[in-house]
Amino acid sequence: MPIVIFELPDGTQRKVTADSGTVLMQAAVSNGVDGIVAECGGNASCATCHVYVDERHGEQVGPPNDVEDEMLDFTAAERRPTSRLSCQVQVSDALDGLVVHIPEEQV
Amino acid sequence: MSGTNAGVVVVGGGQAGFSVVQALRGAGYEGPVTVFADEPRLPYQRPPLSKKAHTEPEGPGVDLVPESFYRERDIELRLGEYVAALDTAACAVTTGSGERVPYEHLVLATGARNRPLPVPGAELAGVHALRSLDDALAIGRALTTARDVVVVGGGFIGLELAQVAQAGGARVTVVELADRLLSRAVSPQLEEHLRERHERDGVRILTGTAVERIEGTGGQVHRVATSQGPLPADLVLYGVGAVPRDELAREAGLAVDDGVIVDEQLRSVSDPRVFAVGDCARYPHPHADGLIRLESVQNAIDQGALIGRRIAGGAAGPYESLPWFWSDQGPVKLQIAGLRATTDEVRVVPGDTPERLATYAFRDERLVAVETLNWPAEHLAARRLLQQDPPVSPADLAGSTLGALARARRTKEVRA
Repeated sequence: MPIVIFELPDGTQRKVTADSGTVLMQAAVSNGVDGIVAECGGNASCATCHVYVDERHGEQVGPPNDVEDEMLDFTAAERRPTSRLSCQVQVSDALDGLVVHIPEEQV
Repeated sequence: MSGTNAGVVVVGGGQAGFSVVQALRGAGYEGPVTVFADEPRLPYQRPPLSKKAHTEPEGPGVDLVPESFYRERDIELRLGEYVAALDTAACAVTTGSGERVPYEHLVLATGARNRPLPVPGAELAGVHALRSLDDALAIGRALTTARDVVVVGGGFIGLELAQVAQAGGARVTVVELADRLLSRAVSPQLEEHLRERHERDGVRILTGTAVERIEGTGGQVHRVATSQGPLPADLVLYGVGAVPRDELAREAGLAVDDGVIVDEQLRSVSDPRVFAVGDCARYPHPHADGLIRLESVQNAIDQGALIGRRIAGGAAGPYESLPWFWSDQGPVKLQIAGLRATTDEVRVVPGDTPERLATYAFRDERLVAVETLNWPAEHLAARRLLQQDPPVSPADLAGSTLGALARARRTKEVRA
């Protein structure tokens, strides 16, 4: 199972095991990673699971879908080129070693 | 008497109770934390139950967090145990098995229960309400064979279930007593569009219609008698509202009126050691006229988090989160931000695609609430703008959407 690294705003890292077939938000929430709120439980309704994919992995993870793209304009923390809603990022073995950065605020 | 290390007792293992303990430990609280959850399973998410979980009931993501979360944080999760009585003078609760557990702070997160369907025949097999995961599983099993489904109640749960049943191939009729759907929750303008979309999907809707009785053969439902005539039914799903579970507080002598009455700090007005959060709390809100009680995930999460941080010593100030809400009804995503009053002026705003629509509610020349269909970006923009000063005026939105306005304001902020 792929290992994903969540880097908190203070620079500390949380390394978690993510289940293939689930989404990145789930891996964060299941492991109690602070800073991923996920108020809507992964329904692309709230934009409180915003992450910045590390630039090294940006291309691999790919761009947001259309609705996600619009929602990313209204996240609490600023949008950056590799911004994604973690509830919309499918975990696969190909993402082993992925690093994502958690923004300062979500709500 | 409670010692300083009697800790926190949370009554209720739903979203609000979970939010309390998550925030407590997140904010560094080190005292004992005990959660009484009367269902014998880990706390789970409720929104998917009416939308999809019964088709993938044990699928990923139903539990809020795995068991290890509680263990690693030294949270004592007492599953399948309920609190029978509350002794505020002694600062202790008594469990169903008679054990007394002391507390320094008590948080009531007891949620709500379904209002029963007050008609003859409601006890027949094939008549279901939805509240728990077990209910969702039972409905999921029933839907695999149901052909004629009658949904009693045109509220959020009823409409979500109607779409699920319809997508599964059943003929679905929604029977609503009021003259429109979601009569308390959404504007008449939005309701009109929502109804049209459900009907286009093949859901039959009868408003202004009373259910008189449910009839069965051999103990199994087969027909629903309504004021518009009989409807064949091999499955009846009902959602006719919920009532807060506030009896523990009432029996303990705390102030209760359709919910535990709390102040703007979410403390019981009768006892400063007792908080109430989520569906069971009635509280003052700066956007509301008088006390309100909300049944929503946002309300449960935000109130729970505030109380957890407050007890841990890290939060002060009143509860004033902007209320927001969502409902997925088949292909329709309905979202609401803010609190609308029936006297507000409502403007309907067509979306940038035919599937999308928004309504803006104004009061005294300021935007107070926004409803959207299939337009999450506009909903999020509304949530940003409703929390900003100065408020949004009708003139700000002449020929513009909230999305465009929020983008423009953000660009201005960045430049400034």
